[in-house]
Amino acid sequence: MTDVNIIHESNNEDGLSREVLMNLGPQHPSTHGVLRLLLQMDGEIVKRIEPHIGLLHRGTEKLCENFTYTQIFPLTDRLDYLCQPSNNLGYALAVEALLDIKAPERAQYIRVLMAELSRISGHLLITGALPMDVGAITTLLYTMRDREMIMDLMEMISGARMHTSFCRVGGVREDLPEGCTERIIEFCDIFEQRITDYEDLVGNNRVFLARVENVGNITGEDAIALGLSGPCLRASGVDWDIRRDAPYEIYDKLDFNVIVRNDGDCYDRWKCRVDEMYESLKMIRQCVDQMQPGPVLIADPKIAFPVNKDLLAHSMETQIHHFKLAAEGFKVPKGEVYTAIEAPKGELGFYIISDGTEKPFRVKIRAPSFVNLQALTDRTTNMKYLADVIAMIGSLDPVMKEVDK
Amino acid sequence: MGSLTDRYKDNVLFTTSDNIINWSRRSSLWPETFGIACCAIEMIAAGCARYDLDRFGVVFRPSPRQSDVMIIAGTVTKKMAPIIRRLYDQMPEPRYVIAMGTCAISGGVYNTYSVVQGSDLFVPVDVHVAGCPPRPDALLHGMVLLQEKISASRQSKQVPAQGSSQPPLTQPPATIKENV
Amino acid sequence: MSMPDPFPLENIIDNFNGRVSVAANVTDMPCVVVSPKDLVALCLFLRDDQAFKFNFMADICGVDFYPNLPRYQLVYHLYSISLGWRLRIKCPLEDPPTAPTITHIWTTANWHEREAYDMFGIVFEDHPDLRRIYMWQEFEGWPMRRDFPLRGYKDKYNPFGAERPGAAPSITKGPIGDIL
Repeated sequence: MTDVNIIHESNNEDGLSREVLMNLGPQHPSTHGVLRLLLQMDGEIVKRIEPHIGLLHRGTEKLCENFTYTQIFPLTDRLDYLCQPSNNLGYALAVEALLDIKAPERAQYIRVLMAELSRISGHLLITGALPMDVGAITTLLYTMRDREMIMDLMEMISGARMHTSFCRVGGVREDLPEGCTERIIEFCDIFEQRITDYEDLVGNNRVFLARVENVGNITGEDAIALGLSGPCLRASGVDWDIRRDAPYEIYDKLDFNVIVRNDGDCYDRWKCRVDEMYESLKMIRQCVDQMQPGPVLIADPKIAFPVNKDLLAHSMETQIHHFKLAAEGFKVPKGEVYTAIEAPKGELGFYIISDGTEKPFRVKIRAPSFVNLQALTDRTTNMKYLADVIAMIGSLDPVMKEVDK
Repeated sequence: MGSLTDRYKDNVLFTTSDNIINWSRRSSLWPETFGIACCAIEMIAAGCARYDLDRFGVVFRPSPRQSDVMIIAGTVTKKMAPIIRRLYDQMPEPRYVIAMGTCAISGGVYNTYSVVQGSDLFVPVDVHVAGCPPRPDALLHGMVLLQEKISASRQSKQVPAQGSSQPPLTQPPATIKENV
Repeated sequence: MSMPDPFPLENIIDNFNGRVSVAANVTDMPCVVVSPKDLVALCLFLRDDQAFKFNFMADICGVDFYPNLPRYQLVYHLYSISLGWRLRIKCPLEDPPTAPTITHIWTTANWHEREAYDMFGIVFEDHPDLRRIYMWQEFEGWPMRRDFPLRGYKDKYNPFGAERPGAAPSITKGPIGDIL
């Protein structure tokens, strides 16, 4: 292969090397999607890792230049496919910053509610997948059972289990249905006990701890230099959470703790996510308590569809605005903006340059998994054996669609 | 088997053996764990407790050499397509392919410079399961359709009756014709 | 993004008099424009100076303004974790685009610069490992440039692609084997 950058260095006088170049290919039960690793190995010891990504590169950014602002929402859904409402929220905030508008308060509560539900959903998968990678296969079946509950809630709210596309510029598509808040509280009550069960099932298990404790340590300064964010950074002792430090939407009205751990190994990254699920449950309960009735979409007909659909039957002007929005989209004034939110994987940033038309000029997506995956190549200690590499990939939690955009 | 079936017409011996062989093949379809993108999550959900695939005899195998069916779940890019073709070639016959999701069927919304517009451009596909992503129920329906297709396949070559104008049924093609 | 204290932009201007200018029409965060030859000095200053402490490099973005000039631009987004400031640095590049690497300042720049190289063809001098990261190595063309077609050029995998300009197609090799 011409794209291999690992050079065999030989210490023997006959020029032969003990080392082996091994391919941990894209089809593998534990590479979390299509990630290809080339490992330079001396027996079981891994000397150097070279990740090959791009096997799922679909040209999202170029496609964004040809879609209107509302049409890009389904594309952002498909970035981190475990927690779609978070991606929608980040993009909606970026466009709203360009338009200089704010969504109504009830819409902000709904968006944060869905973002926190999706945070639990995303963390649940890795809570089950990391033990599965190191051998405890049962945990994944338990966590998927709880993800089914969250997917039922998503389906009740938005109509789709996975790619919801629920946010719009200026709010959300429609209001929560009847009985939804009761179901959400019921879920919170059932789920809180379940997180404790997972911690007891796996988190105190000697075999699991032997596989993930003191494996893949990253110090705080190295983590910042590598650009890690989210639970990967907080597990290394750096206290930074965008929801608390630069709050967006209604996060300044919610009361939550930021989980920080100090060792920076695989276990700490896993435990950070488990503890963050408790905090998300707290936030969801507060959202449901604090939410007041009100409009869910901004009342500007040049940007958003009318919430009251009866107006379409009676008012010609509403009909014309609706037609223009659906056919052409709304124009965004010239400018540029970079908005970052705390997605479950880390800092998800959208840099949008607008040239005054209804399609953006350039959309750059700062994907957290793309940056987090670089920790495999550099500055990570205590990653000696092949088994440690597998545990490390699991703890970094890359979602390959986000890595490859 | 081939020399016998070429000489004799279809009779109760061969249809019974066909039924037994088809029943055994369709009741234990072993897919390869090969999830590419978001459809893989729905495939995992189909294998988990609520929409149980195990009751269909479906056991996920990590190696292509031990599997019967490949579920292409997710967007296939031009960089990934030769690898999928290689995995398909490593599967022993009889092998089947299910294209799950619109990206695997036709490229989906991604008509771009790096996405293959449909898996049937490089592997022969037996069942398409549409959706973005398809619900786990839809994947189960696709599995059942594949089972019905296997039930209808014949191991022996059928000799058409006198005066019949219908062409004989053949098995799904095992080799791919290159189409430019 | 809300900034906690007023950002001392004039410190940067004073230290780099004449080599750095403030970008007009940017309202969401402070933005400076610098030429490629002063980029490394500016980044070192921003990372090490105690008044700024920009230790987190969030993003490197390439932009193509075809057919306007200067055609290319590199946009860096920095964040200071302890002080809470965000800064944008813009670096206009001529055609063919080259820029110095900042991998020795922030390790995370390694893959970001590889992505800018792969998508736009921006060559980073002294980069430790400048190779394509998303497309395969033999791919010809820079996909995110505005004169590259969205659907790519027509080949076996994407029959909807644009016709290649010129007589014979130049890409005949995919990652493994022929794609035409």
